[in-house]
Amino acid sequence: MSEAAADSSADLVAAVKILPEFRGETSWEVPKERLVELMTALKKEGMTYLVDITAVDNQGEDPRFEVVYELCDLSSRKHLRVKTRAAEGEPVPSVCSVWKGADWHEREAWDMVGVKFSGHPDLRRILMWDGYPHHPLRKDFPLEGLPTEMPDIAFTAKAPLEGGPFVTSPAPFSHEREPRAHPAEERSL
Amino acid sequence: MGYNSKVEGNIVLTTLDAAVNWMRKNSLWPMPMGLACCAIELMASASSRFDIARFGAEVMRFSPRQSDLMIVAGTVTYKMALATKRIWDQMAEPKWCIAMGACASTGGMYRSYAVLQGIDHLVPVDVYVSGCPPRPEAVLEALMTLQDKIARSRGVVLNQKQAA
Amino acid sequence: MEFGDTLARTAEMAPQLDVGEKLVLNIGPSHPSTHGVLRLVLELDGEVITKADTDVGYLHRGDEKIAENMTWNQFVPYTDRLDYLAPLANNVAYTCAVEKLMGYDLPPRAKVTRVICCELARISAHLLGLGAFAMDVGAMTMFLYTFTEREKIYNLIELLTGARFTTSFTRVGGQTRDLPPGFLDGVKEFSEQFMGKLDEFGKMLNRNRIFVDRTKDIGVISSTAALDFGLTGPNLRGSGNDYDVRKYFPYLGYETYDFEVPVGQTGDCYDRFAVRMEEMRQSVKILLQAVAKMPGGPWMVSDPKNILPPKDKVLTKMEELIHQFIVVTQGPDAPPGEVYFGAENPKGELGFYLNSRGGGVPHRLKIRAPSFCNLGILNTLLPGHTVSDVPAILGSIDFVMGECDR
Repeated sequence: MSEAAADSSADLVAAVKILPEFRGETSWEVPKERLVELMTALKKEGMTYLVDITAVDNQGEDPRFEVVYELCDLSSRKHLRVKTRAAEGEPVPSVCSVWKGADWHEREAWDMVGVKFSGHPDLRRILMWDGYPHHPLRKDFPLEGLPTEMPDIAFTAKAPLEGGPFVTSPAPFSHEREPRAHPAEERSL
Repeated sequence: MGYNSKVEGNIVLTTLDAAVNWMRKNSLWPMPMGLACCAIELMASASSRFDIARFGAEVMRFSPRQSDLMIVAGTVTYKMALATKRIWDQMAEPKWCIAMGACASTGGMYRSYAVLQGIDHLVPVDVYVSGCPPRPEAVLEALMTLQDKIARSRGVVLNQKQAA
Repeated sequence: MEFGDTLARTAEMAPQLDVGEKLVLNIGPSHPSTHGVLRLVLELDGEVITKADTDVGYLHRGDEKIAENMTWNQFVPYTDRLDYLAPLANNVAYTCAVEKLMGYDLPPRAKVTRVICCELARISAHLLGLGAFAMDVGAMTMFLYTFTEREKIYNLIELLTGARFTTSFTRVGGQTRDLPPGFLDGVKEFSEQFMGKLDEFGKMLNRNRIFVDRTKDIGVISSTAALDFGLTGPNLRGSGNDYDVRKYFPYLGYETYDFEVPVGQTGDCYDRFAVRMEEMRQSVKILLQAVAKMPGGPWMVSDPKNILPPKDKVLTKMEELIHQFIVVTQGPDAPPGEVYFGAENPKGELGFYLNSRGGGVPHRLKIRAPSFCNLGILNTLLPGHTVSDVPAILGSIDFVMGECDR
């Protein structure tokens, strides 16, 4: 029994990839199949405080979405970041069974980015209204929004950005970083 | 209207419009639609330093049925928009609306997918107050402007169209 | 027609009937407790709540999407409007996060200034929270008293930043301008008279029969439940856990200040209120220490490529003009990487997760809002209480919708 436990924990340790430290912070990456296992083990170790769950849309990479969990161990005063990746349409196992606070964070990740969480007790929209068809924080969704209509509940229209948003993009040379207009029609989707 | 109490005694002659308007403008009961940060400045204008009670408007009735002035203070999101419109519809005539702050007037600095670009898409606004948030003095100025507008309105009893 | 004994017939039928008839009550987005737009859908059995569903998002303005289109400095005004009761604290938290990403270490004068900003904001936010809480529970006068004190703080903040409210004071690497003359004296004067005012507020509420009846043993949150739900700030400390980011993960030199962290015992509404009152006293203590030890020296990090140069040089020298142009249009050039920074805001731990791909604009900016996490507990907390406890609980949790919905 303990051998099986030791085997599985050695297996788990092997599955976790330790990313390079940046500004004194530790980040691990774990495949989503081992996520709940790792989180349960971490909580038992002392990571009783789930600070935040963030979903990031890396459009253009595969797998597209990244879910970032920020954990904290108050007794030993340590932070830890655990990341996992999911392709479009793939659900990520929910950690609601580990920390109850994950409930709303995962609902927000589903609402904003469209990452589904399997095993979540009540996965519905939280910031936008039920029935809103889009996921606003995706990179292919324009800042000004898209027109929708749900009679008696809510409607949306495009905000007037007057040819904007004018935003800079990362590049090594200053002349490439100049802000350019990024109107929705010209953005590559 | 010159009035000399020694000559006229205790009688004041005026038009019905002027009298009714005077009563209405000095007892505006606001319905504070306090949605965001502007609500804090609205509360500050109602507290001791900037005292909105001087204008007869300290009775902040949160019930639309009992108020006649809706002060939309804060960002109106699309999710909240129809609720705001419903509350406006529940208010009894005569009613007025002040759009307080940049967000209520035009959407403010939130040009995004979730913000209604100005409450005047849904509700007829009488006074716009600029500022983010407007100082309480600006809110009181808006109230005074509205009072001037009410004083100029005609045909109040027959409910005819109001003067601009 | 036979009716028989109604009581006997009802007793006979009772096992087949549903227990009572549940009423669904909607405490709609526009409601008098001055906490903003929150919607609660409650299922009631008589006066007792059996199920609660919290509906947030009525103030969702798309801050995080806007952040992906703004440079690091351009986003500061949006942080003002997050917890709009303490805008300075949000400014400080955000710029500290960006400075962590860029790897800057602030000069001592900037650090002490930011501490003063944070503590003034903390006092201001707690005052309003307490005023609104007391007003909801029935003590209307407290609201006006706290607002008078807040006006004094507003005068100070206006002297420092130019605006009473929504200050946008800090920038990446420091702040917009140096301290104006008279500011430190003003802070000292305010702090000295404020202790007396706090005693006055305490006299009004601490042993007020009605207030205590409405808040003692109402809304009890256990310490483990609080941490499990991610509660932070006075809500967590009211339940007995002493987690305060200023003590656990000190920033801005908080480890050099002498202050205590008040911790409650039962985790009820009264404890949270008492924690906030005591926190204000500790904030005054920190303010007096900060004013006493304000060092001289530079108040901005000096990194010409990424930080705005001083204005007098910009208007007279070519190089500074070019740097000003580049920093304003392209934003400070952040290195690629990701960073999380949490600060102790009046409402709890305000965290910023910054994911940067280089350049002046974040790839993803997530705001870890304390009010969002604090409200998550409502669905579990409310059932079992009566409807009249709801304003007391909401007031004691002291959330801000601007932060919750972003």
